[in-house]
Amino acid sequence: MPMKIGNENFSERVGKGINNSFMRGAVAGAQDSIGARRLHAVEELGNWEEWRSHGEEIRQHVLEHLDYYLEQLSDNIANRGGNVYFASTPEEANDYIRGVIKKKSAKKVVKSKSMVTEEINLNSSLEGIGCEVIETDLGEYILQIDDHDPPSHIVAPALHKNKEQVRDVFTEKLGYKKSSDPTELAWHAREMLRQDYLTADVGITGCNFAVAETGSFALVTNEGNADLVTSLPKTQITVMGMERIVPSFAELEVLVSMLTRSAVGQKLPSYVTVLTGPREAQDVDGPEEFHLVIVDNGRSKILGTEFQSVLQCIRCAACVNACPVYRHVGGHSYGSIYSGPIGAVLSPLLGGYDDYKELPYASTLCGACTEVCPVKIPLHELLHKHRQVIVEKEGRAPVSEKLLMKAFGLGAASPTLYKWGSKLAPSAMNPFTTDDKISKGPGPLKAWTDVRDFPAPNKERFRDWYKNREKGESKS
Amino acid sequence: MKVTLFATCLVDMFQSNVGKATVELLERLGCEIDFPESQVCCGQPAYNSGYVKESKEAMKKMIQTFEHAEYIVCPSGSCAFMFHEYQHVFKGDPVWEPKAKNLANKTYELTQFIVDVLKVEDVGAQLEGKATYHTSCHMTRLLGVKKAPMTLLSNVKGLEFTELPGKEQCCGFGGTFSVKMSQISEQMVDEKVQHVEETDAEYLIGADAGCLMNIGGRINRQGKPIKVMHIAEVLNSRTFSFQ
Repeated sequence: MPMKIGNENFSERVGKGINNSFMRGAVAGAQDSIGARRLHAVEELGNWEEWRSHGEEIRQHVLEHLDYYLEQLSDNIANRGGNVYFASTPEEANDYIRGVIKKKSAKKVVKSKSMVTEEINLNSSLEGIGCEVIETDLGEYILQIDDHDPPSHIVAPALHKNKEQVRDVFTEKLGYKKSSDPTELAWHAREMLRQDYLTADVGITGCNFAVAETGSFALVTNEGNADLVTSLPKTQITVMGMERIVPSFAELEVLVSMLTRSAVGQKLPSYVTVLTGPREAQDVDGPEEFHLVIVDNGRSKILGTEFQSVLQCIRCAACVNACPVYRHVGGHSYGSIYSGPIGAVLSPLLGGYDDYKELPYASTLCGACTEVCPVKIPLHELLHKHRQVIVEKEGRAPVSEKLLMKAFGLGAASPTLYKWGSKLAPSAMNPFTTDDKISKGPGPLKAWTDVRDFPAPNKERFRDWYKNREKGESKS
Repeated sequence: MKVTLFATCLVDMFQSNVGKATVELLERLGCEIDFPESQVCCGQPAYNSGYVKESKEAMKKMIQTFEHAEYIVCPSGSCAFMFHEYQHVFKGDPVWEPKAKNLANKTYELTQFIVDVLKVEDVGAQLEGKATYHTSCHMTRLLGVKKAPMTLLSNVKGLEFTELPGKEQCCGFGGTFSVKMSQISEQMVDEKVQHVEETDAEYLIGADAGCLMNIGGRINRQGKPIKVMHIAEVLNSRTFSFQ
């Protein structure tokens, strides 16, 4: 599927999310347990703040020298007999990959988990030329057989489904006859997938990190599926976002350690698969042909702007797991495969404000995301920057809000206006006030009072009390 | 010690009791209070909504109003943080950036001021009952004040304290978020109220009027028997039965 998911508007999506009590229970439970595990894993490491600064430094360094590292990476891959293709757009990437598939007369592709291939809508592009595409990450596999249900989380794509729902999908689509026990479910998926690995013509992977110095790339999984995807099919295609580079193995080690601790609270993942080009004479396995597709799709336009730091992201989803808004609305509410705080920053940059203008406002700016980010992306500040762009550059704010803020600007900047405004407030609010509270407010206040009481303005403001007290007229 | 009070617009208009308690508490601790009348709003509602240009006018007015102050004390972590944020807003401005830095250097949240500047950990307050405390996001994450309120509350006689489950989770206020995204805000505040109820607390204490208006407003709407108090009011309590 493409980056955008669904055709409902933001409020409809959020309403659906809020009413999905199962999904909310699953998300809250996952946030609490992963959050606790993450905290334990980073405390155990010690000096976490220093690690964060180091992680930030590595990512910033790469972004500042991205041209250099991209060239080094592609030279090293070419020297090893691999092919490198730079795609500016999803169309270019898909055309190239389709070309490889056609040349190989490939009928079946196995894939390991990759967000960038979701972003460019690769699966449907390949299915369009009659190629069968099979996702091998268990979460992605479940979603794929459930009529391409979109992912709701960048690390745990099927977070919104419970084991009973998974059993039902397996029963309906795969003729599964056993229980909802996760071990039994996983075994069934394993048996199905094993056949696919053995019969696939092409393996497609994403890329957690590419190592420029050696022309290698690393995949982090807990299922080992990337090992099979990269060792059994004769042709391998790796697709990466253009910023996902580290200079050398030294930095890879740092970032992988931070990635797994931040993502799921693991010291190490079960598998870190590192590959360097196609099979060489002395190798016993590995692909005969290797292609690396480097996708820009708007990333180079973010470089050098006030949003550059979003490209530091290593896709750990710690921000998603810490976000109180995501907790209640779930991933599908974001309308993008990239959900949570990182999705709310990234989606408007890659996909434009037409589809994603609400996302920067779906945050209280509480800073929970920024606090947990292992590479110190100031996520809540970037959400705020988006708001500023929407208001000041794009001029997309509603007229009523603009007027209100204009009035705010005038009122707040003038002590006299402010004083009179606040003095008159109790009388203005009088028709709406009962027992010192407002239960049905007018205008923008209605949205507040639909949910909660609003206090009536004090008849004696603090400043009146203070003045009277100074005069000695009233002491309390 | 002369303290210039930045009361905040919410306290001025809606929570004057918090302002009074702050003044009385600081005076009891030996401070001389100065309240410049020309203070307005810190600009946060407009600023956070993306109206940076509009908010700058309020910021300049506040910088001028507090230029003379030796110590600025504010009974809100969020508004105190906003004073610290001005220097970034005026970054590169030869006139206003240095002024904004100067403002930030002397601005303290109330409990931070009492513990870090006045070096007082027990203000001699008494309040009998079971309480829990909401750690506001801006105060803890952005301003970095985490310990001071807990230190002061732990020394309030008669107060039995239970930690709030999910204490670090936002209450769903977020300024204009509460009206712009009221659907989501409602779910967030509901979970917060539920957590408060789980503690069996009679008092929900907080250090930010915005969060307290949000959580308190929901508690009132649901008719729950929980009293919402600002930490200034708690620290200013002197009897065992709070009136």
